[in-house]
Amino acid sequence: MKLRFLQITSAAVLLAFLAMPGTTMQAQQSAAMPSPLTDTTIPSAALLQPAELLRMLHGSENPLILQVGSHVLYAEAHIPGSEYVGASSTSAGLQSLRERVSSLKKHQLIVIYCGCCPWGHCPNIRPAYEQLHALGFTQVRALYLADNFGADWVNKGYTVAKGR
Amino acid sequence: MPKNAQIKVPRLRLLLPFLLVPIVLFAENSPLAAQTVPSRARVARAAPNFSRVDLRHKKIELTSYRGKVVLLNFWATWCGPCLTEMPTFTEWQNKYSSEKFQVIGISMDDAAPDVIAMANKLKLNYPVLIGDEHLGIAYGGVLGLPVTFLIDRHGKIRERYQGASDLTDIKREIEAFSTPDSQVKLWYLVDVLIASYPGS
Repeated sequence: MKLRFLQITSAAVLLAFLAMPGTTMQAQQSAAMPSPLTDTTIPSAALLQPAELLRMLHGSENPLILQVGSHVLYAEAHIPGSEYVGASSTSAGLQSLRERVSSLKKHQLIVIYCGCCPWGHCPNIRPAYEQLHALGFTQVRALYLADNFGADWVNKGYTVAKGR
Repeated sequence: MPKNAQIKVPRLRLLLPFLLVPIVLFAENSPLAAQTVPSRARVARAAPNFSRVDLRHKKIELTSYRGKVVLLNFWATWCGPCLTEMPTFTEWQNKYSSEKFQVIGISMDDAAPDVIAMANKLKLNYPVLIGDEHLGIAYGGVLGLPVTFLIDRHGKIRERYQGASDLTDIKREIEAFSTPDSQVKLWYLVDVLIASYPGS
């Protein structure tokens, strides 16, 4: 009887631990990390989860958020306060990105995102990250959108703005 | 049989829910669940009409394709998975009678010259239009490419495919939607029954 009580108690404690919000969030975040097979070379420490960005938006960090992909998709829906700077897969887009950040201090927190395609197929996020890194910016974070902006931001109920 | 052995099974049963719950919790958040996978959704609503000029300056109006199964493909020149599947759409346009089937491409690119160059390179044999945010919003939000809709002969969207899709699956659906109305009604009935089944 005592053994049975111990088994039930230990199982209940384990269950409670797993159900804790922090634990669940950690599980979600680790699960949402890209697989080593993705072809981007952005260090995992520079990746930013959507939920983390959402917390930033409500906090005091005040990041500069740049959309580095499609203008049409940006016009459909984008993160409130974010700016469109051009598709970084093109030389014109990279030029536009350089111009936008030219007057910023190198420690400015910059969040870049695209979400045009699944992460491993995105042609824009890596060139944008590498460009900012090459320019000497020390706080560049790439928003990790596993599938696309629709699935990983809009469909999660996070706020969006529309228009160009 | 020793007494302890007899009570082992009930004890395991007792622990089963506690063992299963964490498994379920982790299954939802498992790395597999987080992988990027194409999605397919059954839809049953009228396809929003549009009237635009294609790359060859021909007026394209969706309602004029009533009576045909239409594959409406949202794509862009910078979208790798899009470019992979488009040659198959060209092949299908050749294979199926143009009286029964029509592919329409909608580019979500920002610049038309890139689209024209790519359409020529891929030798697309179907109309391609330049899309915009209004068209994307009308179709429920095209926020990630490719997105493909299958529209039946009555102008109703039947399927929405997001991401690099299983082309065999799309092909099967095209053939099913191209069958005579009596058979379509039968399949539609099956669809409705499946959709109304609890948990589906």
